[in-house]
Order: sequence, then structure tokens, then C-alpha cells
Amino acid sequence: MGNWPILSLVTFLPLVGAALILLLARGSEAAVAATARWVALWTTLVTFALSIAIWIGFDPTVVGFQMEEKVAWFPDLNISYHLGVDGISVLFVVLSAFLMPICILASWESIHSRVKEYMVSFLILETMMIGMFCALDYVLFYVFFEGVLIPMFVIIGIWGSGERRIYAAFKLFLFTLLGSVLMLVALLTMYVQAGTTDIPTLLATKYGYDMQVWLWLAMFASFAVKVPMWPVHTWLPDAHVEAPTAGSVILAGVLLKMGGYGFLRFSIPMLPEATALLTPLVYGLSIVAVIYTSLVALAQEDMKKMIAYSSIAHMGFVTAGMFSLTQQGMEGSIFQMLSHGVVSSALFLCVGVVYDRLHTREIARYGGLANNMPKYAVFFFIMLLGSVGLPATSGFVGEFMIMLGIFQVNTWVATLVATGLILGATYMLLLYRKVIFGEITREDVRKMTDLTPREIVIFVPLALVVLWMGIYPSSFLNVMSVSVDHLITQYHADLGRAGAVAVAVR
Amino acid sequence: MVSLPDLMPALPEIFLAAAGLALLLIGVFAGEKSTRMVASLAVMSFVITGALLLMAPGGRAVTFNGMFVADGFAVFMKILVLIGSALALVLSLDYLEHEGMSRFEYPVLFVLATVGMLLMVSANNLISLYLGLELQSLSLYVVAAFNPDSERSSEAGLKYFVLGALSSGMLLYGASLIYGFLGTTSFEALALALSGQAAAGSQGAALAGASMGVIIGLVFVCAALAFKVSAVPFHMWTPDVYEGAPTPVTAFFAVAPKVAAMALFVRVLVEPFGHLTGQWQQIIVVTSALSMILGSFAAIAQSNIKRLMAYSSIGHVGFALLGLAAGTPQGITGVIVYMAIYIPMSLGAFAVILSMRVNGKQVEGIQDLAGLGKTSPGLAVALVVMMFSMAGIPPLAGFFAKLYVFRAVIEQHFYVLAVIGVLASVVSAVYYLKIIRVMYFDEPKVAFDKAEGAAIPAILAVSTLFIVVFWLLPAPLTGAAQAAAASLFGG
Repeated sequence: MGNWPILSLVTFLPLVGAALILLLARGSEAAVAATARWVALWTTLVTFALSIAIWIGFDPTVVGFQMEEKVAWFPDLNISYHLGVDGISVLFVVLSAFLMPICILASWESIHSRVKEYMVSFLILETMMIGMFCALDYVLFYVFFEGVLIPMFVIIGIWGSGERRIYAAFKLFLFTLLGSVLMLVALLTMYVQAGTTDIPTLLATKYGYDMQVWLWLAMFASFAVKVPMWPVHTWLPDAHVEAPTAGSVILAGVLLKMGGYGFLRFSIPMLPEATALLTPLVYGLSIVAVIYTSLVALAQEDMKKMIAYSSIAHMGFVTAGMFSLTQQGMEGSIFQMLSHGVVSSALFLCVGVVYDRLHTREIARYGGLANNMPKYAVFFFIMLLGSVGLPATSGFVGEFMIMLGIFQVNTWVATLVATGLILGATYMLLLYRKVIFGEITREDVRKMTDLTPREIVIFVPLALVVLWMGIYPSSFLNVMSVSVDHLITQYHADLGRAGAVAVAVR
Repeated sequence: MVSLPDLMPALPEIFLAAAGLALLLIGVFAGEKSTRMVASLAVMSFVITGALLLMAPGGRAVTFNGMFVADGFAVFMKILVLIGSALALVLSLDYLEHEGMSRFEYPVLFVLATVGMLLMVSANNLISLYLGLELQSLSLYVVAAFNPDSERSSEAGLKYFVLGALSSGMLLYGASLIYGFLGTTSFEALALALSGQAAAGSQGAALAGASMGVIIGLVFVCAALAFKVSAVPFHMWTPDVYEGAPTPVTAFFAVAPKVAAMALFVRVLVEPFGHLTGQWQQIIVVTSALSMILGSFAAIAQSNIKRLMAYSSIGHVGFALLGLAAGTPQGITGVIVYMAIYIPMSLGAFAVILSMRVNGKQVEGIQDLAGLGKTSPGLAVALVVMMFSMAGIPPLAGFFAKLYVFRAVIEQHFYVLAVIGVLASVVSAVYYLKIIRVMYFDEPKVAFDKAEGAAIPAILAVSTLFIVVFWLLPAPLTGAAQAAAASLFGG
């Protein structure tokens, strides 16, 4: 590809697709819808292909950022348009681009009204997500991070399924905004200290101890809502229940990872002393998230709500692993985020499949689907195994590495978090038994048809990725290990220096 | 021996004033039918005035015995004022014809008010400040009451007049105190006298007594100017006047006088009273915080969209004042950028409100917007963009406006103020989202009439485009704003 600005290309290609839809979609409603669908599909597929090119072109042995692009943006503020990826972000770019065509396909038939606007919203969303993972300027990052809210609000509010969709859209918007604006204050404070918002420069800037704690807490407000961590998780189940299937996929697949990515990119490397101080807080909230939300998931009667709570529990693993600040824990948490991005997306798609047929998500309304939907049962089972973390699926690798990492640091945390594994297996297997096994007792359930070719096309790549990640995780871990190693070394070095200074002062 | 002052620096104002008088004559002779022609000529004179401003040589020029100053800051703010006036006038025409208030005095009053605003921006003396302010205000009182058949319009005009007169009184009282204690009304002389006092004050408290009188005067001046920009606690007139005045007049109020008053506020505090920053900063910090809080909370309960816009404008003034509270060149840059971005947001929103016409009758309820996303998608998309931008969601322009002012206050370590500001912006998001909800998530009741003229759609399209693509190329605007702010501190 030579000197092509490939990251900008991958970021803004979806926006070009959105513009194309607005320009090309003419004629009857059906014609407009068809054009919108095809243009969106092709755009996302090309974007995905480009993201694969980034992955291939990425050199995993190099520390630091690659494929950088830098253009002055607000010259008077010393803010630039700066993109680049390292081992931590590159796979998230691929994940976002991978899930997008699947979302478009999943909405192919289930979205009938305002298809043009729907596809445009999704393409804008994709630009925001990919841009966020590529951004190397804090203001640019913030723009993408917040910009996600607009399409997401619209998607849930307009195409949501439930009665409470407006409530859910408002809750999502306001919770996230509340957290984010506090991060904006932190961002500007760092800017005033460093004179720039360039992330590589900020990474090298040191802040006083008290300042670090405040900055850390302000950022935590934003990222914790996004992850989401207990007790600010309550927007997530509502948003999931009301969102259209593809909206849930993006929500679980990518948006939750923004919080985790934020911790990795900002909180931990920029504010090491505050991180060391407040790690117990993260542990505590993660443990509560894992155990409490698993128990809540156990009690759900709505399929989507159950998977939403399981997402919170899984993200609890991720945050705990990340803050173990060990190579295994951190790599595991990145791996688990990727794996969860695929698995939980697939689970929401599984719910979407039966919801399209019967228009209910109530677990008790189903049962015995193995009889008339065997292909569906197979795919659902693979995803279920991925979710409970059976060896040879992606979930196992992530959870195992996280446990390994935490165990080195704190056995109590490890033990408590491990109970989540058992609870996770319990509720997922219960869900599967109730929906798939048993005898069919209802007429309408008996009439449900098995997966259509379009749905099979959706599920096959997801299943393959889950197995690939489980059987040969090295292709993913190799990409991130150098960057993670650098992050941890740097973190301990900073901490050691701060400790030495403290001793010297005393 | 009286020699003629140098007229060149004031050429744009002189031209516009002459144009206003000529238009008045044309109107009188051509009769009632001439409104559209007079209005077109008025818009043309705004454009010519703008061109004169841009062609004027750069740098700082003072004339009329130091009464009038033209500098980079003045040029920038005047251009904003002219854009606001011209577009508000264009927005008005169809409305005036519909409502049977099409009279030639209307554009003439716009021109005169605008002359007043330009003079305010260029005032370099407490006396010329007052004259400009009154020329503006008197014209505005009349246009607020321009619909004689409407009780609400007359009420709005009267309220505005009574309260405006009160604030003018406060301004004069404050100015007289300042004059009494310092012996001058010229901004430069005031700055000089205060710098002497500041130096003396730092050596000992000898001049503390004299300063106290000046400070009391300053407080009165601040109160009067806060009234003009409608900042809390001097905002009470805003909702009633916004609601009662004819809608295009409200649109006008929301942009041009606000920009002019804000420019005046900035100039008065930074130039003559720059040495008292520590004193007025406290006032501005409190005013700004209260405006942001009241603007966001009070708007939530509104059901009339013009009232809602009134509270929203109070909130926006609060945000813009953040920049002034910082009191630094960065802060003033923030104020300028904020106002520059506020104009298209506000005009865009009012363009939509003016399109809210059912069976030939103007409606103003927020619920009347129900289902706009289905009945007129173009309008709805534009209003969504305006609302998200006003809420400060990136990548829309409104976010960058907030970024600039927040940067300035954090630079001054006003963390509490910044946190109040961002929290208020979250609260304000509630009612902006409410409008979006009504448009898209509620079922349509009635469709609006089709727009007749091309003016409203054109203005709407341009302002929406500006808001959406601002992030692509922000540097020209922000660079010019920075230069304008610097010109204020250079002298």
C-alpha cells in the first residue's frame, strides 16, 4: 500500500459510504432500501478488507505506534489530527470492521422502515468506532468517543423494539455523557500541563500525585460507565433490551471495549501512581460485577437481558485482569475483550434469530428448538461454549490468562472472580436447556424454520473466529505482546521512580 | 478651531447610518408596498458595510477624540453582528407578509439597531458606549412590540422597555461613579489611572478608598451589561420577551444584540478595567455558573419552544462567559469562537421554528414538532444537528465552542467552575434530546405547511452545513478569533 494514509482510509471510508447512500438512494421506498443495504454492505466489506491489510502490515515486533499520520488540526491549540495503531489498538480496529458487515447482514430483513437512515447511522457509527481506536490525539479520541452517542441514540430510539426504547436511549446517552464530560475536564487539565493533547507526548508527561488521583477518578467516571462497571452498569441491560439486534451487537461487541481500551491507553500508562493507589477499588468493583451480575443474570426471564448481564460479568473479568498489571493478565484481558466482542455479538444475533421469528425474547416461550432448528442449535452451542470458556474456544484462553495474571498478584481476588466462571456456566447452560432442549409444547414454536442461508453466512465466520481464537491464540497474542510488555515495563519503571523520589524526599 | 475628525475608521458605521436614513425616506415615499424592496436594500447595505469593514486597513485606529476605536476585535465582532442581522432580516420577510405586519419601518429599525450595535462594539468611552447601547435598545424595544394586534407582543415590548430602562439607569449610575472617582470616561485614560492605582495599591493600601468607589461603579456597569446579554440574575426579561416578540424578531434578539453586547462586555472589562481583573472576575464567575445552571434546569420544564430557546440562550451565555471569567487572551478567543458558532446554531434553530406553520397559522408548542422526522425529514435532520450541537456533542461545532471556553477556565485552574459547566451541559442535553425525541419517536399529529420562500431552507441548509463540517477545517475561524482576541490585549 506504500504511503497511503491507510488508517484515515479505514476510518472515513464508512462515511464515504454513507454519503454515497444519501446520493444514490433514489426512487421508490423499496429501491431506496435495496440501494442502501447493498452500498452499506459493500462499504463495510471493503473497510474490513482494509483493516485486514492493516493487521498484515502491522509489525508486531516494534514498540510504539505505527502507520502514523499527523496533520495540524487546531493549530492555535496545538491539537493535531494524529492517527496511529499499536499492538493494543490494532486488533480492536479489526474487530470493529469485522462486526460491521455482520450487523448490516443481520439487519437485512429485520429493518423495514427508514432503511436508508438506518444504514447511514451504522456507517457513521463505524467511522466513530474505528477512529476512536486509531486516534493518537486526546481531543480527537474524545470526539470519536462521544460522537458514538449520536448514532447510538438514534438507532435505539428509532429502530428499537420495545416500549421503553426512548427511556433506554435517554439513559444510555445521559449516563455516558455524564461520565465523558468529566473526562473532558481531565483531558483539558492534562492539556494545560503538557501544552498538547498528543497522546505519545502525554504518555511521557508526569503529573503530581494528587493531580493524578483526581485525573484518574475523572477518567474512571467515563470509562467505568462505558465498560460498564457496577454500580453504573444499569444503562446497559435497558439499552440491550430495547436496541435492534445489530445495535446490541455493536453495543456489546465494540462500545463496551471502548472503556477497557480507555483504561489501557490513558489511565494505566499516564497515571501510574494513581493506578497503583486505586487498583483495589477496581478489584472490588470487578468482583461485585462478576458475582452480583452473574446472579442477576441467573434470574432473568428475558434472553437479551440475561446476555446483557453476562456481558457485565465478563467485562468484570476484563477490568480485574487488566489491573493485575501482569503480562498474562493484561494480554488476557485484551484477548477476552476481543473474544467477548465476537461471542456476545454472536449470542445477541442468536437471540435476534428467534426474535425475528416469534417476536418475543421471553425464555419461557421457547423450548425444544433442537427439534426443528438443528443448525441454529449447533451455532448457539458453539457460542455458548465460547461464553462459558470451554477449552478450544476463545473464551477459555482469555479467562485462563486473566486468572493466571490475577493469581500472581492476589489470590483472594482470583478466587472470588473465579466463582463467576461457575455462575457463568450455570446461567448459560440453563438458558440453553430451556430454549433448545426439551419437547416443543407450543404450536408457534413448532412452526419456526431453521436458519436461512443469509443467517448461516452470518454465523459461520463468527464460529470460525471463536474456534480459531481458542485453538491458535498466538496469532492474536503475538500482535499485542510487545506493546503490552512495553506498557507494563514502563508502568513499573514510572512507579519505581516515583517511589524513589518519595523515599528521597523523606 | 474645530477640525473634522478622521472619518475613515468609522466609515462602515457612517455608511450604514446614512443607508438607514435613506431607506427610511425610500419607505416613506414608496409607501406600504415597499417593504420587500426596503428589506432587500437593507440586506444589501449590511453586505456593503461588511465589505467596508473587511477592506479597512488593519491595526488599531482611534477617532472622534478617542470616542471610537476600530481594531481586529471590533472588525470580527461586527462581521458576526452583520451576519446575524442580515440573516435574521431575511428570515423575517415571509413571516411579516403572513402575519400582515409587512411595514417598511421593520427593516429600517433593523438597520438602526445594527448601527447601534456596531457603535457598541467600537465604543472606546463610557459615553459612546451608552449612546450606542441606547440606539440599539430603543430600536429593539420597538421591533419587540412590532405586532400591534398581539397583546403578547406589546407586553414583550413594554417589559423589555421597562427593564431595559432600568438597566440603562444602572449603567449610567455606575458610569457616573467611575467618572466621579477617576475623573475620566475614556477607556484608555481609565486603564492608565487604574494601572497607577494598581501599582500604588500593591505598595500599600493608600488608595483603597478611592478604588472602592470605582469597584462599586464597576459592579453597576457589570449588572447592566449582564442584563443586555441576559445572564443570570438579570435574565428575567428574556423568556417573556422571546415568547412574546414576533418569532423572527426573537431570532434577531438571539443573535445580533447578544453578540454585540457580549463584545461590549468583553471590551469594557478587558480594556479599561483590565487591571481590576481580580475584582470583576468574581462577578463573572458567579454569573456564568448561575446562567449555566438556570439555563439548563429551567428549560427542561418548558412546553413552548421559544421559551425553551430563551432559557437555552441564557445557558449559552453562561458558557460564553466562562471565557470572559478566565480573563485571558485564550478566554476571549473562547468567547469569540463561542459566539461565532452560536450564531449559526441559533439561526438554524429559529429557521425551523419559523417553518412551524399549520394551516397558515404559526405554532410554537414543542409537541407540535411531533413526528417531524416523518412529515418533513429535511427540517427534522437540521434541527437534530442544531440540538446535538447545542448540547455540545462532538464532532459538531458546538462541542468545539465549549472546548475553547473550558480550556480557558481550566488554564486558570477554575476546576469547580469547569465541573459545574460540564454538569450543566449534561442537564441541558436532557431538553435538547427531548426535542429530538418528539420529532422522531412520537407519532405525527399534523404536517406543517410547505415552505414557500427559498430563504428559510437556504439559511437552514447553510447553517446546518457549517455546524456539521466545521471540524473539517476549523483553523481559519479559530485563527481569526485568536488574532481578534490578541488585538484586544495588544493595546
